[in-house]
Amino acid sequence: MLQSASQPSGKRRRSLARKEAMWFYILISPWAIGYLLWVGGPMLASLYLGFTDYQVTSPPQWIGLGNYSKLFADPLFWHSLQVTLYFTILAVPAAVVFAIAIALLLNESIPGLAIWRTIYYLPSITSGVAVALMWSWIFEPNFGLVNLALFDLFKIHGPQWLSDTRWVIPTFVLMSLWGFGGPMLIYLASIQGIPSHLYEAAELDGATKLRQTFSITIPLITPVIFFNLVMSIIASFQTFTNAFIITQGGPNYASYFYIYYLFQNAFVYFRMGYASAQAWILFLIVITLTILAFRSQRYWVYYEGATEDRL
Amino acid sequence: MDTPTTPGASLLTAAGTAGRARQGVGFLRGKRFQEMVWLGFVLVVVVLGSAGMLFPIFWMATTSLKESGDILLLPPKWIPIPPQWQNYPDALDFMRATVVFGNTILVTIASLIGDVCSASVVAYAFARLRAPGKNVLFMLVLSSLMIPYQVRLIPEYLLFAGKVLPFINWVDTLLPLIVPAYFGSAFYIFLLRQFYQTVPLEMDDAAKIDGASYLQILWHIMIPMSLPALGAIAIFSFVNNWNDFFRPLIYLTSRHVWTVAIALRSFTAEYGATPWNLLMAASLTALIPLVVVFFVAQRYFIQGIVITGLKG
Repeated sequence: MLQSASQPSGKRRRSLARKEAMWFYILISPWAIGYLLWVGGPMLASLYLGFTDYQVTSPPQWIGLGNYSKLFADPLFWHSLQVTLYFTILAVPAAVVFAIAIALLLNESIPGLAIWRTIYYLPSITSGVAVALMWSWIFEPNFGLVNLALFDLFKIHGPQWLSDTRWVIPTFVLMSLWGFGGPMLIYLASIQGIPSHLYEAAELDGATKLRQTFSITIPLITPVIFFNLVMSIIASFQTFTNAFIITQGGPNYASYFYIYYLFQNAFVYFRMGYASAQAWILFLIVITLTILAFRSQRYWVYYEGATEDRL
Repeated sequence: MDTPTTPGASLLTAAGTAGRARQGVGFLRGKRFQEMVWLGFVLVVVVLGSAGMLFPIFWMATTSLKESGDILLLPPKWIPIPPQWQNYPDALDFMRATVVFGNTILVTIASLIGDVCSASVVAYAFARLRAPGKNVLFMLVLSSLMIPYQVRLIPEYLLFAGKVLPFINWVDTLLPLIVPAYFGSAFYIFLLRQFYQTVPLEMDDAAKIDGASYLQILWHIMIPMSLPALGAIAIFSFVNNWNDFFRPLIYLTSRHVWTVAIALRSFTAEYGATPWNLLMAASLTALIPLVVVFFVAQRYFIQGIVITGLKG
C-alpha cells in the first residue's frame, strides 16, 4: 500500500513487508490461541477420545473402532439420527418457504411496513428456555392456547401435541417456524437488491406479478437461499433445548434428538469416549451435507457473472 | 450513521424502496385497481400473520397475570380481571432473581466486551495486513463456522474441568462462559472483516503516510468507521449469551452461579406441580431485556444479518 505513495528500495520494502507480517501474527494471536484451545485442539482431542473408552474417573483406554462398531449396532443411535433427520426434512424447507413468502409480502408497499417487519423479526431473537416453556404451555393438551382455540373456533378436539409420539416432531417444527425472522430479513434485503429495470422490462412484456416472482425474484436470490439452506441444516442437526426442556426426549423416545442422546452419554452416563465418537459422526454428516449442497448448487443456484469461482 | 456502507439500514426503520418497480406503471386504470386489490390482500395476510406471531407472547402475558385457579378455567379468561401483579414478585423471589439475573448480566456483559474487542483486532489483521499463510488461516476461521459446537464440547469440558491443565479448574464458575469470548469467535471475526473491507483503503494509506502505526489505524480509522458493525456484533453477542442454555447447563451446578436459563429450567421441578402463571411471569421477565435491546438497537441487528447473509 505504501509502495504506491513513495518508492522505497527493495530492502526497505522487504523489511516493511516483514513488519506487516509480524503485526498480522501479533494481531491474530488471540484467535490463534483460541483456535488451538477451543476449536482445533478439541477437534483432534475428540477424534482421539472417540477411539478410546473414557469414563472420566480413569484415563482413556485405546479401543480402536470399538465405539464406532458399538454405535452402529446401537438402535438408539439410529433412532436419534432418524428423529433428527425427520425434523430437519420438515423444518428446513418449511422455514425457507415461509421466510421467502413473508419476505415477498413485506416487499410490497403496504402501509405500516416498518412495524410489520419488526413484528415478524422480533420472535427470532427470543430462544432458549423461556421460549421453550412458553411453547410447552401453548401446546398443553387440556388448557393450552392451541387446543382451546381449536375447540372454540372449530369444535375440534386437538391432538395431544407434545405428549403424542406422532405429533411431537411436527409440533417442534411449528415452534421452529416462529423464528424465521433472521432468514426472512436476509431474503428481503436481497430482493431489494434486485435491479428494478428487470421488473420494468417484464412489466412491459406483460408478465404477471406471479410470473415476475418466479422468473426474476426467486432465481436471483438463489445464492442467498443456498447460503441459508446450508446454515439451517447445520443448525437443525443441533436441536437440543426444546427436547431437553419440554419433552426430555419423549414421549417414548419420539423426540430423542441426536444431540440429546449425545448429551446423555457424555454428561449423564459419563461415556465420554462413546459420546466423542457420536460427535465425530455428527461432524462427518454435517460436512457431507455441506459438500453435497455445494455440489448441487450448480444445478439450481443462479450466480450473476461467474458461476464457478464465486464460493 | 446512515452511510451508504450500512446495507439494509432501511429494512426496519423506513419503508425503504419497497415496490418501487411497480410504482411507475399506472398507465392502465384497470391495472391500478388490480394493484389496489392486490395490496389490500397482502395487507390482510400480513396483519393476520403478525397477529399469529404476537399471539404466543400475548398468551404468555395473560397467563402470567392470572390467579392460579383461573389458569385451568374453561372457557379461558382472555383478560385476567383483576390482573395479579403479585405473580411477578412471587415468581422472581422464587427463582432468586437478584442472583440469577446478576449472574446472567455479568456473563452477558463480560462476554460482549470480549467478543467486540477480540473481533475488532483479529478482523483488522485479516482485512488489511498481508502475511504468508493468511489465506489458509482465514479458511480455518471460515471452516470453524461449520463445526457444530457439540464436536468440540467434550474436550472443552475436560479443559475447564482441570483434566488438561491443572491450574484451570473452572467448572461451577462463570469463567467457562466468559473467557472464550476474549479469544475471538469465528462468526464475529468474519462479520467484521466483511465490514472492514468496505472502509476505503485510501484512508489507511493517508494515515500511513502520516506515520500512523497499525494500532493507530485500527483505533482511529477502522473502529470509528465500523461502529454499525461493532454494534451488530455487540447485539448478537448479547442475544446469544442471554439465550445460551447448553453451556450453563454443563458448567453451572451450584445455585449461586446459576443463570436465568438454568433457574427457569429448575422452576417446575422445585415447585412440584407446574405453576403456569408464575412460570410465564418468570419467562416473560427473562425475555424483556432481549425485547428492550431489540427496540433500542434494531438497526444493528438488521445490518449484522444483512452483512453476514448477503456477503456470505
